[in-house]
Amino acid sequence: MEKIKITVGLGSCGIAAGAGKTYDKLIEWQQDVNYNFELAKTSCIGMCFNEPLVEVSSNQGSWLYGAVDEKRMQEILNYHSIKNEPLTKYVVYSENLDTPGKTYFDGQVKIALRNCGYIDPENMNEAEASGAYNAIKKIVSEKLSADTVIQMVLDSGLRGRGGAGFPTGKKWQFAKSYSGDEKYVICNADEGDPGAFMDRSLLEGDPHSVLEGMIICAYSIGATGGVIYCRAEYPLAIIRLNIAIEQSRSKGYLGKNIFGLQGFNFDIYVKEGAGAFVCGEETALIASIEGKRGMPNKRPPFPAEAGLWGKPTNINNVETWANIPWIINNGPEKYAAYGTEKSKGTKVFALTGKIKNGGLVEVPMGITVNEIIFKLGGGIIGDKQFKAVQLGGPSGGCIPAHLGETLIDYDSVQATGAIMGSGGMVVMDETTCMVDIARFFLDFTVKESCGKCTFCRIGTKRMLEILERICDGQGADGDIEKLEELGHQIIENSLCGLGQTAPNPVLSTIRYFRNEYEAHIYDKKCPAKVCKKLITYMVDEEKCTGCTICAVKCPTKAISGEKKKTHFVHQELCIKCGACFSNCNFDAIRLV
Amino acid sequence: MRIQRIYVNNSEANDQDKFVITNELDEIIAKYKGKKGSIIPLLQGVQAVFGFLPRAAFEKIAEETGLELSDMYGVATFYTQFRLNPVGKHIIKVCHGTACHVQNANAVSEALAEELKIKDGETTPDGLFTLESVACLGCCSLAPVMMIDNDTYGKLNNKSALKVLREIAKKEKQ
Repeated sequence: MEKIKITVGLGSCGIAAGAGKTYDKLIEWQQDVNYNFELAKTSCIGMCFNEPLVEVSSNQGSWLYGAVDEKRMQEILNYHSIKNEPLTKYVVYSENLDTPGKTYFDGQVKIALRNCGYIDPENMNEAEASGAYNAIKKIVSEKLSADTVIQMVLDSGLRGRGGAGFPTGKKWQFAKSYSGDEKYVICNADEGDPGAFMDRSLLEGDPHSVLEGMIICAYSIGATGGVIYCRAEYPLAIIRLNIAIEQSRSKGYLGKNIFGLQGFNFDIYVKEGAGAFVCGEETALIASIEGKRGMPNKRPPFPAEAGLWGKPTNINNVETWANIPWIINNGPEKYAAYGTEKSKGTKVFALTGKIKNGGLVEVPMGITVNEIIFKLGGGIIGDKQFKAVQLGGPSGGCIPAHLGETLIDYDSVQATGAIMGSGGMVVMDETTCMVDIARFFLDFTVKESCGKCTFCRIGTKRMLEILERICDGQGADGDIEKLEELGHQIIENSLCGLGQTAPNPVLSTIRYFRNEYEAHIYDKKCPAKVCKKLITYMVDEEKCTGCTICAVKCPTKAISGEKKKTHFVHQELCIKCGACFSNCNFDAIRLV
Repeated sequence: MRIQRIYVNNSEANDQDKFVITNELDEIIAKYKGKKGSIIPLLQGVQAVFGFLPRAAFEKIAEETGLELSDMYGVATFYTQFRLNPVGKHIIKVCHGTACHVQNANAVSEALAEELKIKDGETTPDGLFTLESVACLGCCSLAPVMMIDNDTYGKLNNKSALKVLREIAKKEKQ
């Protein structure tokens, strides 16, 4: 019997979907004499819609299986063990097979995610075999000067992947130009956008690439200390980062005189955040590392001049760091060959919402929104009508379906009123209410505003109140204009990025879906049938079986009817709580 | 602004004064005493021991490290991670990130609140469950998602969420 290797994807979402149970079972089966296989683990493979994912490889090829629970695992294992061939009906991707996963993977270019889902992130040997630390070794052995390295980063055209898109090389130049006895490099891993998980997957899947990026920067700007500021909500990422840091220290890649260079002293530690979205902003993040309330400060001075503990500091986002070693290894020209004139390389997106193939995708800049959604993403769940895609979370906006040919690059996306953002891409269909989405994001920013600037603190609250009124059917003439006016004032009068972008979700939905706002305000209707107060609940006479559950669940006794006979909603008593709709087992409550 | 996170002593079970501060606190204080920027890890350490931040712990830390009570309280009320009231044995975190919101996370929260007869952020009188809404658990492709203790449950609706909850409640009764 031929020996096979089984690799289980153990990222956070894989584990949530049950990959841990499959893995435990495999450990058990390893003791079984009937089976002969090598067991390995890796992190997020990116095909989240098919979790748990398991790859089986032999010298004949490799096959990625989807939705592998214990039962399916046993079937697959038996097939490989007895017949020596793959169980094709469960294969979601294999190089030579025509599976639905083919367009999903083949449309991607993996640079930042080059090792995610391929290596065991807790295994230093595997990481090094895949090229970890080759870039910094190349710099040291070829004696590349700090300026040469910075020039390479500049030439690559890499821009900050946290969302703002500032050229990374320029940032390094600034940090280098200020002198100090201590200098810091910070990794911003405070991925706070709801609906985004690119950085988590990267940290869980390939922590060494981030460490190496930071070491290269430390070499270039002369930094002495490094901090990774990671959300506490990402426990697995923190564990794996700490393992990776320990491994690097023991190899002499972190600490004193690293890589054999006399005087190159640099070490990194992980600082756990404590849950505050505003800490994704540079100056607030620094305040938080210093143990204070994470409130932003006025710039200038920029962190490059006076950052952590008042020393020159360079901050980049997780994905930006992961790109650096690849650029050094493969040359800036090769990186710049991907993308558009002003946006080079690739971008990782977390594709979620009403999309068939939701997951983590890395695509070259310059691809269109439609290509991502329909080619990679496989289209909308249930083949419903694609309505819009939300980019940039609470700081971003929507790109409506009719602008689906928009190119993914910083400037084209910005022109639509959305922002590139850190990579959250939430797909919405005809059943998503755009006013409700705007209200959702405002609710988030109101909670997360640190309270320093009046406009952000009170202005967002007032906007939220107006939106809540509109969703409750209490909207009035002039509300839309009021929202726009408030929005522009908040943008102009807030200190940091949170406030300056908080009105974006509202302004962008008004721009493209003004008719939905008007339907809520003037017709008291929610076209997507999401806003409960604007829905009329009716019993579908053909589907109702008279099971009485709706009448039992109705808190105001607004539903009447005899057992086994069609029920009836008394509209004058209905408080539109939706209990009948969510409890009906026969889909017999109609929303009108 | 997280006004709702300021101390409330509304029931016997939440009585702060009944909390006994143990030796574990000494270790945490010793580890961070005198280090700059250590308020957050200190409080995280305290919460890891007690599940929340008891008033007595603040006072002890202030006494032994010289940190200002107001600074610590300022930090504790700023970050969502810190709790100023005791929590239930099981913490239910219902994700309300964008992806979960679009996939009707509200139905999950409402069903759980109705079943437990508590509101978001509250703890059941028997001290078994605390219900919370969180911004994003990062499992967006499994939306809507909830996390009970360390287990994550995905692709939920009101009915399947209740099923999970009832299983746990059943085990507790045995």
